[in-house]
Amino acid sequence: MSDQASAKVHKPGDEAVIKLTNVNKWYGKFHVLKDINLTIRKGERVVVCGPSGSGKSTMIRCVNRLEEHQAGSIVVNGTELTNDVKAIEAIRRDVGMVFQSFNLFPHLTVLENLILAPTWVKKVPRKEAIDTAMYYLGRVKIPDQAGKYPGQLSGGQQQRVAIARALCMKPDIMLFDEPTSALDPEMIKEVLDVMTELAQEGMTMVCVTHEMGFARSVADTVVFMADGSVVERNTPNELFNNPQEERTKKFLSQIIQHH
Amino acid sequence: MSTEYKPHPEDALSHVEEPATVYPVNPPTKSMDLLGWAKSNLFGSVPNTILTLLALFLLVKILPPIVDWAFISSVWSSATPDACRVDGVGACWAVVQNKYRFILFGLYPYEEQWRPVVSTLLYIVAVAVSCNPRFWSRRLLGLWAVVVIGSGILMWGGILGLPYVENEKWGGLPLTLMLSVLGIALAFPLGILAALGRRSSLPVIRSVSVVYIELVRGVPLISVLFMASVMIPLFLPEGVTINKLLRAFIGIVLFTGAYMAEAVRGGLQALPRGQYEAADALGLGYWQKTRLIILPQAIRLVIPPLVNQFISMFKDTSLVFIVGLFDLLNTVKTALTDPLWRPFYVEAYVFTALIYFLFCYFMARYSQYLERHLNTGVRR
Repeated sequence: MSDQASAKVHKPGDEAVIKLTNVNKWYGKFHVLKDINLTIRKGERVVVCGPSGSGKSTMIRCVNRLEEHQAGSIVVNGTELTNDVKAIEAIRRDVGMVFQSFNLFPHLTVLENLILAPTWVKKVPRKEAIDTAMYYLGRVKIPDQAGKYPGQLSGGQQQRVAIARALCMKPDIMLFDEPTSALDPEMIKEVLDVMTELAQEGMTMVCVTHEMGFARSVADTVVFMADGSVVERNTPNELFNNPQEERTKKFLSQIIQHH
Repeated sequence: MSTEYKPHPEDALSHVEEPATVYPVNPPTKSMDLLGWAKSNLFGSVPNTILTLLALFLLVKILPPIVDWAFISSVWSSATPDACRVDGVGACWAVVQNKYRFILFGLYPYEEQWRPVVSTLLYIVAVAVSCNPRFWSRRLLGLWAVVVIGSGILMWGGILGLPYVENEKWGGLPLTLMLSVLGIALAFPLGILAALGRRSSLPVIRSVSVVYIELVRGVPLISVLFMASVMIPLFLPEGVTINKLLRAFIGIVLFTGAYMAEAVRGGLQALPRGQYEAADALGLGYWQKTRLIILPQAIRLVIPPLVNQFISMFKDTSLVFIVGLFDLLNTVKTALTDPLWRPFYVEAYVFTALIYFLFCYFMARYSQYLERHLNTGVRR
């Protein structure tokens, strides 16, 4: 696949931009993350997969502190996540996030959704923010929808707007939390295409997804999680074709039945 | 790529066949004449017919006497009540003709009553401007500052050659409107803060909010007003007094604020968590998130209960009679102490009720307009 060839042109650097060390988290008594150790380098494209309830969403939500971890350390861009609100907000400025349910602001137009954070958080002049927004709307191929409200767009379009909204903050890292799981089948491709392009430009990406095709063609690394632990991490080729752990084999066999 | 969608053989979609008939492009229009409409809506079934006939019977029985009393046999103008004492005469609107100055302005000096008129008009203009979404900007705050200060100068006087009128003499419609409009203007932000405080992660702020809301909601407005007028002076150091009007005003604001807090909280809770998370993930601070994302949506959701609260507050201002203030309802009551006109209290109260209704109806209609206006973007 030509996609694959060009995707591998950008080699991730050596610099760690996200480093999770012995991260633990509990929901009440339920141990949702167990001793997670994970290093993600600059420019690395990581796909996190695993059965539902394995803690993969919780893990990436810990990276920008939408969830709080209770033990261990998370360092993002050289800053450790603690209760320091200023540090958290600084990290969130550099880490974009795309949600399963889009989470666009329904009372604002598409353009207003895109310029809100740049103008209020980064104090970018309005004119410049609009230029940036229109650029990214072009990149996600819906520049003509700028004046519409999110409710007037299809799911796929909304998710592309959500990606553009995150990109308008010019983040160093992008987190995707099951970005295609709430989409109709025919809209999944348009979102994956945008994500693939982004990956080819060398954006550091952490993506929780069940789209194994995307993982194969785009990811540098696939992380398989189950029951709150990282079971296996490897290149997509190795992990899919030569899984080492029983749990991984079982999961892959179930996935393949459907793909 | 495996991302391509291949329909499963059992997928319902793959079974859909070409429709056999071609349907018209436009939905069928339903045209109906008056008779057809009546037949299907008024006499559609036996119970429906019975209800229709019953309603018609009641209308015929009730409406003509009311019209006769209010408009046909009524006395519209008379300097003395004698014309109303004649047998067979209906409503005696002359009571309004003779007492409206006192009903509308209370004890305010007769020759100076143009001042409350102008001040009321100022408030009405300011409300009208504020109601129009086109004018929603920071400049509204300036307008309100001008209106509040301007009407204060007008009502109190003491400068610019206006004789001083102490606020014990204020009354009637201007007092009711001022208490309500300023009360809403202060109670609304107070309610928002209390609602946010109740959901705060900081224990002190949360406890203060909960105690305030539950305490104030737990007692009747009358007792809040009593406390404001009787108890507050007890706690103040000797020599310091807060005037009666201000105390009553604070009581009303505190009371209404607590109720609004609960209405706003409903809106905050109805917002999907994803909205908070998306705002957080973009790096918005707490106040930016609250002001730009959360409140605009939450308040939109709770317009009906909020307006309900506004309306109920407007009418509740009539309870300030308890601390000796002459609001619109109290001025009517006082006007009716005149033994000459006392027998015609019904007419005087109908007049006052109409004034209340006018303002409340406006608020109700405006809330409907606002809901439609604000929903345009959200609705598909």
